Amino acid sequence: MTLNIEDLQQIARIEKSKKDGFQHRINVCLAAGCLSCGSGLIKEALEKEVTRRGLDSWCKITGVGCLGLCAEGPLLSLPTSGSYYQGVQVSDVPEILDSLNGSPVARLVCPAETPFFQRQVRIVTENCGRIDPERIEEYIAEDGYAGLYQALTQMTPQEIIDQVSGSGLRGRGGAGYPTGLKWMSMAKAMGSTKFIICNGDEGDPGAFMDRSVLESDPHRVIEGMVIAGYATGANQGFIYVRAEYPLAVKRLRLALSQAERMGMIGNNIFNTSFHFNLQVRLGAGAFVCGEETALIASIEGRMGRPRPRPPFPVEFGLWDHPTMINNVETLANIAPIIRRGSQWFAGIGTEKSKGTKVFALAGKVVNTGLIEIPMGTSLRDIVFAIGGGIPQGGRFKAVQTGGPSGGCIPEQFLDMPVDYDSLAQVGSIMGSGGMIVMDASSCMVDVARFFMEFCMSESCGKCVPCRVGTRQIYDILGKITASRATMAEFTMLEDLCDLIKNTSLCGLGQSAPNPVLTTLKYFRDEYLAHIHDRQCLAGACKKAEEVL
Amino acid sequence: MKQHPPKKVRSDLNPSRLLTFKIDDRDVTAHEDETILSVARQNNIIIPTLCHLDGLSERGACRLCIVEVRGSTKLLPACVTFPRQDMEIITNSKRVINYRKKILELLFTERNHVCSVCVANGHCELQNLAVELGVDHVRYPYLYPRHDVDASHSRFCIDHNRCVLCLRCVRVCDEIEGAHTWDIMGRGMTSKVITDLNQPWGTSETCTGCGKCVQVCPTGALTEKGKSVAEMSKRRQFLPYLQMMRGRQGGSWQK
Amino acid sequence: MLAEGINPNATALPATSPAQDHRLRMVNRTMQLYRNEPHGLIETLHTVQESFGYLEEPILRYVAAALQVPLSRVYAVATFYHSFTLRPPGEHTCVICRGTACYIGGSGQILDRIKEKVGIATGETTADGKVSLLEARCLGSCGLAPAGVFDGEVTGKLSPEKVLEKIGRWQHHDPEH
Ligand SMILES: Cc1cc2nc3c(=O)[nH]c(=O)nc-3n(C[C@H](O)[C@H](O)[C@H](O)COP(=O)(O)O)c2cc1C
Ligand code: FES
Ligand code: FES
Repeated sequence: MTLNIEDLQQIARIEKSKKDGFQHRINVCLAAGCLSCGSGLIKEALEKEVTRRGLDSWCKITGVGCLGLCAEGPLLSLPTSGSYYQGVQVSDVPEILDSLNGSPVARLVCPAETPFFQRQVRIVTENCGRIDPERIEEYIAEDGYAGLYQALTQMTPQEIIDQVSGSGLRGRGGAGYPTGLKWMSMAKAMGSTKFIICNGDEGDPGAFMDRSVLESDPHRVIEGMVIAGYATGANQGFIYVRAEYPLAVKRLRLALSQAERMGMIGNNIFNTSFHFNLQVRLGAGAFVCGEETALIASIEGRMGRPRPRPPFPVEFGLWDHPTMINNVETLANIAPIIRRGSQWFAGIGTEKSKGTKVFALAGKVVNTGLIEIPMGTSLRDIVFAIGGGIPQGGRFKAVQTGGPSGGCIPEQFLDMPVDYDSLAQVGSIMGSGGMIVMDASSCMVDVARFFMEFCMSESCGKCVPCRVGTRQIYDILGKITASRATMAEFTMLEDLCDLIKNTSLCGLGQSAPNPVLTTLKYFRDEYLAHIHDRQCLAGACKKAEEVL
Repeated sequence: MKQHPPKKVRSDLNPSRLLTFKIDDRDVTAHEDETILSVARQNNIIIPTLCHLDGLSERGACRLCIVEVRGSTKLLPACVTFPRQDMEIITNSKRVINYRKKILELLFTERNHVCSVCVANGHCELQNLAVELGVDHVRYPYLYPRHDVDASHSRFCIDHNRCVLCLRCVRVCDEIEGAHTWDIMGRGMTSKVITDLNQPWGTSETCTGCGKCVQVCPTGALTEKGKSVAEMSKRRQFLPYLQMMRGRQGGSWQK
Repeated sequence: MLAEGINPNATALPATSPAQDHRLRMVNRTMQLYRNEPHGLIETLHTVQESFGYLEEPILRYVAAALQVPLSRVYAVATFYHSFTLRPPGEHTCVICRGTACYIGGSGQILDRIKEKVGIATGETTADGKVSLLEARCLGSCGLAPAGVFDGEVTGKLSPEKVLEKIGRWQHHDPEH
């Protein structure tokens, strides 16, 4: 089946009028966070109760993707009245239905006028929590695949690349490489077989943006990939997703079969000569597979060990063919850019970092969950206004961005705008967007040790500095937290960090010392207190004698 | 998607094009597809290496061959880096020498390299590197892991305590012998070279007993049986010849 | 599939029961999806693990032969990736997340208490074979830290008490849980 624009519009119209036919709609969050607090049961109970009351044509229950405020789940939203319910139990169901025509159930209402909802600017997550991710029609009703149609029928590949370049979009996978530039190199790469890979490995512990996008709006990523394929001359794509995200995998596979059935992937897409195939591939629990060359090895069925670059994947990638790797969130930005134009996108954010960024806010903060904010929002706004501050009146100590490759940012930089360059300036990175808030009860040496343990056990073991060096650093940090280290070992720590950073083969090793380096820089007194005074300023570490 | 078109050789490097650049302030000339390491060796400039072996594919893993490029702080592994016109390579700055020493010391702490009782004593590349780089003591604490010795093969023996994970054995077995008996299990510090399904070498169904792995091993990890301390010297002249004869340029084991 | 005698890895599988046949069919189906090419190895191992619970040696040999991957390579891949396990798991599995958010939220203490009370560390199974303890690196439920997975069901906002209670119920063969 091949669609044209009228068909798309027709599907959208039918879908919209179906929606409007209902007096009331209740959206139940069915993303992993709320599912684990039982939102599946609530949806069932709501449906049963609606049927029992014979209200099937009056009230529609929809399972949707992530609403953002994961900590307060299970969440419901009532798009007709604009209110949200939090912490809903099955026993609340009759009351919720009773109240549909009157005022909302006060006890469950989740205040929507808070900065958490108001300060967000939604591009990537515009459909999250609003549509049923398991139905392509709902995506189409929200202008889905219109960008692809426009790209394939009205634009040349060069025009698309110009739009992407002009938007100023930078890679959301970590390093912030300009996406337009990457696409341009890919378009120029020689060869008739080219591959596009969507990097959904999201190994950074404490980050779950990509998971949410894949679970809540999988078609958006597919659309971005097909556009990328057309713009760069690739006809085959892979979406590499961690095996730890079974729901995302399930929804992606479903979305793929729907898109295939409607002809958005396959041959002669939208009656053009363009064809594109897409497959989902599973990771198997290795952080290093987020690295481009390791990811390629993994798709080829081998161990995910990075290889030296150059040659870069754009020249020599999957099965030695030109391969372009983009992050999930990067690709999720593509369709809106095509639909609304690069100028619109470039109008959001800061001079060098355009658009929005999705962050996963977690740790010691009141509103844990997913937020999408314009680049350049200050850390203070994120943690205190949007995040609601530290729970139980605790005191802010630091925020960790970028996961094991990032760093800890102390209080003095709270007013710093969050964008690629300012984060790099203070020794951290944007990373994929994990943001862990820490309060006074966290010992920074212990946090550094935690990340070093992570890097040590995730090191692929190929190059010597990363394989042995991370272990040596980890041992020293262990001694420091146990108050058994000497100053000589402290000096050795800095020396090893420098060695690993400069001589490792891949990004994992090169950035593994970052958590140690930033804590050394901003919380040096905590290290020294462990060594000189044999005490942990945060009171988190046990002394050697207590451990024994 | 049955067959992907055959693998390409690096078409961005033209073997017939020549370029000139500098190594340690000496003007040198090279084909575009020659690595910095091989050009340095042609000019008798010594760059220490461990995972590299003429006749096998490159891995760029030991990081001992790192060199500096003037005007950049980035360090490059000479064994896998191709020169550019007018590049200025420095192989012996204090900075790289220091890093190399530390990397070698890390290797010494990783497993139990006790030279005095080793059959390869005096014929060991790790030992030679220590001499070459002037490593007379190791500043980092030894990790003393416990590793086995597998003597189940009738003619050979593997002592994991002395393995440096250069994977020459894996590569030679795959690329030259074509058996792929060896591979590496686990990851990070827990990596270990294995035969078949991590079974005793003597029970391997795929091992041809050719002994190439023993000959290419840089240390006393892989040895012939019946040798006593310091007797195990290795022969590997056959390698570049076999590589040429078997026509497997570059190797397919791992890029 | 393969001509006799070409591949030394090819070994007959031990006599199988009907149930095992079904599981093997699943594995075969995955391999066929990738046209028995080596790049299907990781997906195939996922299927093996799903259907058999762990990677049994005879199955590894079978997969190696069918995909024409060297035995040592199959073993290398199976041990490089942490999702795979070569030992049979306990009757129930408890996965505790040790990602950043969960660590800050106290998952370390949970693991300590399990070790103290139940006597198993990560990767171990209780002597009665009832419960296996595993660790995950972020389940993506960081908003509900600390999080865990009990027999496939993600649960958030854990405390040592909650986890111990759950494990206790498993150990005392309450068929309901
Ligand atoms: C150790 C390591 C882990 C990485 N993990 C991820 C990841 O989980 N997700 C991701 O999108 N990129 C990850 N990256 C970055 C990717 O290698 C790559 O740069 C990115 O996917 C490119 O996409 P972008 O241009 O859209 O950012 C990782 C890099 C390294 C070195
Ligand atoms: S010889 Fe170059 S990295 Fe080992
Ligand atoms: S850190 Fe535990 S779920 Fe993310």
